[in-house]
Amino acid sequence: MTATAVAAAPEVQPVALRRVYRFELVKLTSQWRLRLVFLACLLAPGIYTAVVSAQTSLPADAVYGRWMNQSGWAGSLVILVFMGTLVLPLLTCVVAGDVFAVEDRIGTWRHLLVAVRSPRRIFVAKALAALTVTMVLLAALAVSSVAGGLISIGSHPLPGLDGHLMGPGALARTVLLAWLSIVPPTLAFSAVGLLGSVALGRSPLGLLMPVVLALVLEGVQLMPVPVALRVALPMNAFIGYRGLLTTPGQLGPLWTGVAVSLAWTMLATFLAYRLFVRRDFTDLAHDGSARHLVVAGLAPLVGLTAATAVGVVAATGATGSGIDRPKLEDALATSFSHLYVLQTEELHRPEVTEEQLHTTATCDKGGDRVEDLGPGADWRCVVTWTLPGATATGTAIYQLDVAADGRYVADGDGPKEVNGFFQIRTPTGDAPNPLWQFDGFVDLLDNARKGQQ
Amino acid sequence: MQPTAAIRARGVSKTFGDVIALDEVDLDVPAGQIHGLVGPNGAGKTTLLGVLLGLAVPDGGTLEMLGTPVGRALAVPGGVAGFVEAPGLYPTLTARQNLAALAALRNRADGRPDDVDELLDRVGLHEVAGDPVRGFSLGMRQRLGLAAALLGDPRLLVLDEPANGLDPAGKRQVHRVLTDLADAGATVVLSSHRMDDLAALCDEVTLLSTGRVVFSGPLGKLSAETGDLDHRLVTTDPERARRVVRTVPDLRLLAGRTSLSSGDERELVVRGPEAALDDLVVRLVAAGIAIRELGPVVPPLEAAFLALTGADLATQPADEESAR
Repeated sequence: MTATAVAAAPEVQPVALRRVYRFELVKLTSQWRLRLVFLACLLAPGIYTAVVSAQTSLPADAVYGRWMNQSGWAGSLVILVFMGTLVLPLLTCVVAGDVFAVEDRIGTWRHLLVAVRSPRRIFVAKALAALTVTMVLLAALAVSSVAGGLISIGSHPLPGLDGHLMGPGALARTVLLAWLSIVPPTLAFSAVGLLGSVALGRSPLGLLMPVVLALVLEGVQLMPVPVALRVALPMNAFIGYRGLLTTPGQLGPLWTGVAVSLAWTMLATFLAYRLFVRRDFTDLAHDGSARHLVVAGLAPLVGLTAATAVGVVAATGATGSGIDRPKLEDALATSFSHLYVLQTEELHRPEVTEEQLHTTATCDKGGDRVEDLGPGADWRCVVTWTLPGATATGTAIYQLDVAADGRYVADGDGPKEVNGFFQIRTPTGDAPNPLWQFDGFVDLLDNARKGQQ
Repeated sequence: MQPTAAIRARGVSKTFGDVIALDEVDLDVPAGQIHGLVGPNGAGKTTLLGVLLGLAVPDGGTLEMLGTPVGRALAVPGGVAGFVEAPGLYPTLTARQNLAALAALRNRADGRPDDVDELLDRVGLHEVAGDPVRGFSLGMRQRLGLAAALLGDPRLLVLDEPANGLDPAGKRQVHRVLTDLADAGATVVLSSHRMDDLAALCDEVTLLSTGRVVFSGPLGKLSAETGDLDHRLVTTDPERARRVVRTVPDLRLLAGRTSLSSGDERELVVRGPEAALDDLVVRLVAAGIAIRELGPVVPPLEAAFLALTGADLATQPADEESAR
């Protein structure tokens, strides 16, 4: 065979990003595992909401759990509670945590690089594809949970976390915004998934990083850590939507959560990108290294958390747990007054407004020897109010179980006709007593009332 | 003047830590040639193929492919395709989906879309085009990998062990695809451990050992590099044959059997020039000893490979006389 002349070939440009993105989507959507996950996301919340709403025993531990048989919107809000604890970190594991690792597992990196000719575009396309699939799964969860509740129970009003009654329109807006509010922390966990996937290759530890991180942060959230550290973690952003369920909205934690989540997203994505474009793809046995991950991945995120915590202290002056007596008294009095009005309406008693009640609350934590600060199940509060035209004031006792994240459950302790029994007798029949047990929350970052203590 | 070399490498070096993977490698592959890359494990073949595909950047030296200097990772010119180690295929996609998805990534020079089904037919996978790749045998994956490499009508194909895992029919099909490509003017660089594959396909080979080129040129020249070959001699009367062998000038009778010998008790191993072997045949016939087999213990190309890479030293049988 004789040599033939070759014309000088121009250097080929990398493949267009949209083509690589489409390729990544094709690969992701061809996985049976992901198809099953999608199906589960589409069906499980709806079925859970419909089935549990029909039960007499409701998941009262979850915010709005005790309202699931009263309003179809409550089911979606309960599902939202589960999202932040494990479901979304798990989904980000399955999608973002595997999107790079899968190429290591099946040995296709070289092939992909030769075809695309740009590690940068591969990274961007993979990240976008993972983001797209995660958002589709999240949308499926939201739609399913809302549909399950509305179909089985219907669109009925629901009290907010400060007791004010929210109509179907307001609930629809709030539930939609609540689901949107968990997008940023989902992005943060996805970015951590990308980081683990890039840094640890075929190692299962890389795949599990979002879940491991979620479990660690969940543990931190359960502890009475300073509020500045609490809000500096992306986990806190999963519960920021609670501020949407009060009037006026307590949006400090929500916006802080959004900002923290976006900062985590950007930093973790940048770290993953840097690790990826610096990788030597000629090493087929690449399994990453834990040391590399710690130094180049986790250490900067820990640094970000520390810097955020310092920033939160500087900006809000929030110290300690963020839970103190004045905040709790104020939150409880507000919720009680709203729910008292609701109870009055249900009982068809003479109309009364929150302002007319002049409700106050006095709380104490664990007796005289314990400082009235921080979370705990030993808060005891006495609520007092005055009915228009009456000379005597009414009093009701509540035991409060206050969680470190600011949520509390108020358990009525009498008198029986106000908050001591779980049902009330209305002209149309027995109905749940809104004052018997209710959820509320205190804004951990709100220091306006601190001086009143 | 237009260049005639599809690949022109000068002094290409690559190290990984303390390991020298490529040591001042020179390589010239004319356009339209099927060029074999051969060497023992760890010789640097995969690294060199990786460099040719742009997956690794040389630490030193110059590389020109299809007339274009290559200096950065993944900056090889258009028209270069192939695979290293194994073809990268996605097990959850079907054969057709794998090719279609890859075809969507690539721009053909003529702007026409790739005919995926024609490619599948070309490598003999048309009947399983709709099957997921996860169920494919190694040979089927190799053929699909070749089809993937053919997307976009490459002008230079770089393949690592393309016949690995193929049955004889599959191997013949792959060989036909590669020779057709070369006939059409494309250049093929392939690595293989199988000297018979190289002999059947390649115009020239480059032999690497510990990162260095120890031979580069036509196959015939490689065979000539070998000295006297060991030959297996099987006769009807081994004892008398042994005595005859000792009478032939320039012919040595080797003791013991090589690791490649048949294990036949009647087998002798002799070493000498072709003229001495001719003389042996004449003497055996004259002595009335029937020759059942006389052939090289190791094929000439393989012998050259072993000799040039020093791999034959471990299996070298001793002279029968000196062994006594």
